[in-house]
Amino acid sequence: MTEVEDLAARAYRVRERILAMGSGPEGAHLGGGLSATDLLIVLYGHVLRVRPDQPDWPDRDWFVLSKGHAAAALYAVLAEFGFFPIEECDGYARPGSRLAGHPLRTVPGVELPTGSLGHGLSLGCGAAIAARRLGRPSRAVVLLGDGELQEGSVWEAAMTAAGQGLDNLVAIVDRNGWQITGRTEDCVPLEPLADRWRAFGWAVREVDGHDIAALMSTFDSLPAAAGRPTMVLARTLKGAGVPMLEDRKKSHYVKLTPKLYAKALAGLRNRKERLV
Amino acid sequence: MTDTVVAPEWAARYAGPAREVCRAALLDLARADSRVMCLDSDVGGLEDLFAELPDQYVNVGIAEANLIGVAAGMAAAGLVPYAHTLSSFAAARAAEQIKVDVAGNNLPVRIVVTHGGLSAGHYGPTHHAVEDLAIMRTMPDLTVLVPADAVEAEQAMLASARLPGPVFLRLGRGATPLVYAEPPAFRVGRAVELRAGDDVTLMATGPHPVLMALAAADLLAADGVRSTVLNVHTVKPLDSAAVRRAAARTAGIVTVEDHLVVGGLGGAVAETVSAHRPCPVRRVGVPDRFSDLVGDELTLLTAAGITPAAIATEALAIVRDRSVRR
Repeated sequence: MTEVEDLAARAYRVRERILAMGSGPEGAHLGGGLSATDLLIVLYGHVLRVRPDQPDWPDRDWFVLSKGHAAAALYAVLAEFGFFPIEECDGYARPGSRLAGHPLRTVPGVELPTGSLGHGLSLGCGAAIAARRLGRPSRAVVLLGDGELQEGSVWEAAMTAAGQGLDNLVAIVDRNGWQITGRTEDCVPLEPLADRWRAFGWAVREVDGHDIAALMSTFDSLPAAAGRPTMVLARTLKGAGVPMLEDRKKSHYVKLTPKLYAKALAGLRNRKERLV
Repeated sequence: MTDTVVAPEWAARYAGPAREVCRAALLDLARADSRVMCLDSDVGGLEDLFAELPDQYVNVGIAEANLIGVAAGMAAAGLVPYAHTLSSFAAARAAEQIKVDVAGNNLPVRIVVTHGGLSAGHYGPTHHAVEDLAIMRTMPDLTVLVPADAVEAEQAMLASARLPGPVFLRLGRGATPLVYAEPPAFRVGRAVELRAGDDVTLMATGPHPVLMALAAADLLAADGVRSTVLNVHTVKPLDSAAVRRAAARTAGIVTVEDHLVVGGLGGAVAETVSAHRPCPVRRVGVPDRFSDLVGDELTLLTAAGITPAAIATEALAIVRDRSVRR
């Protein structure tokens, strides 16, 4: 099995696990979790220097899920790579579990809690500055939602990152095109997004956020420019992999009834051949 | 304690604004510990001071929410950042970053703010911070320090270096008269007794409130009323033992602060005595309404009803009420 095939198989299992969490008593942010799944799989499987058995390893890369509502996807991926037992995902959002609807620092592998949008890029800047100051090889990698870019603090951090020349900082936008009220471009337009980031002093790479091989080679080639932070604009599909949820406004937050869960799983399995 | 006679060298060393003393102290801390970082948000002056340590100085620009977020990321990854801005811009604008990113993770971020209370004077209400203590008091694990003068500010700065968790250090803008004639034994969370008296207790936080409480004690003494004066330099965690002692020993407590009468020192003291030792608590502070009055700090404090005479009046009312009850 090639690395790409291995990661694709993991991504499929993670999607199954995300749907299971969405079938729990509280439901889950399925759309933005599924759009980020392949990104997270490639990050944890290929990009990030982390040690699941030693989450506080000093020289680790720092990952911040700034779009904290994709927590279910993060948990499924962390469990997939051994940060905690896969069975723990069954407790998602249930009383007494560590797995809240937005990630907490008590979860192995979670550096800092997120969920209030617009915080993560500043945190990443701080971690990148610290790595540079302390002479560590660590990179900071921050995954943002596209709707999140409407938060002004994102652009405060964007200016700081460029001003500080943080080429050990990588930001990724999960560009699925949707926010709660509709298409981002119908709410508060974000385009031309690549030009905006370039204008803020970032090196920009655009990639298909579901093409595992393309993601691997994109991340392998970073930093894209010495002395500049890198933005990876990942074109994604909200709800990716589950036909009934794909590119749908209503997939943002879903509580899967047993009937819908069965339908979602069947849809995912029908796609298996294409995904794996 | 009698009125202090200040040695000339001492007076000269601490003649300037507390923030200048704190900046010098920070430079010393940074020289001694390479993890100490000066984090600036374009407040002015820090860039020159840290010219000798360029790797320990970062200016994030005019972006306070980002300032606090960057500080949290730095602290989580092993640095000890001192983040600088004005009190209102930290406590109000960046409240969520302080809540989620700093206090929520109990990170060693030191938020050093100036222009606390009404010290911004003629700058106007955008630059006043009379709600900052109320907001910061709601942050678990955050230590909130309000030194009474430049001497104590330096002590607070040095003490902050030893605290494992986050700190909010609230300073004024200009120079204020010294409260201390010698280095005080500064302990975080321990109020300082400046006068001892059995009739009534005056608890104050911040430079002018403490000075006014001392002046009020003089006014009261002329009327034969003996006051205890406590300098509450740590608003959180509040020295609840000192509050309880005051409630037990004297007829009641007058709180004095350059802050709204809602949620600050007065609120904290009232919460404590109501649970442990109910006694009259009268709050001298900024009234719960917006004001467009233009003026320097003392003009604004006087207009808000924060004066030695007003403090003495409240204290006398407490003493008189007890006499009536007896």
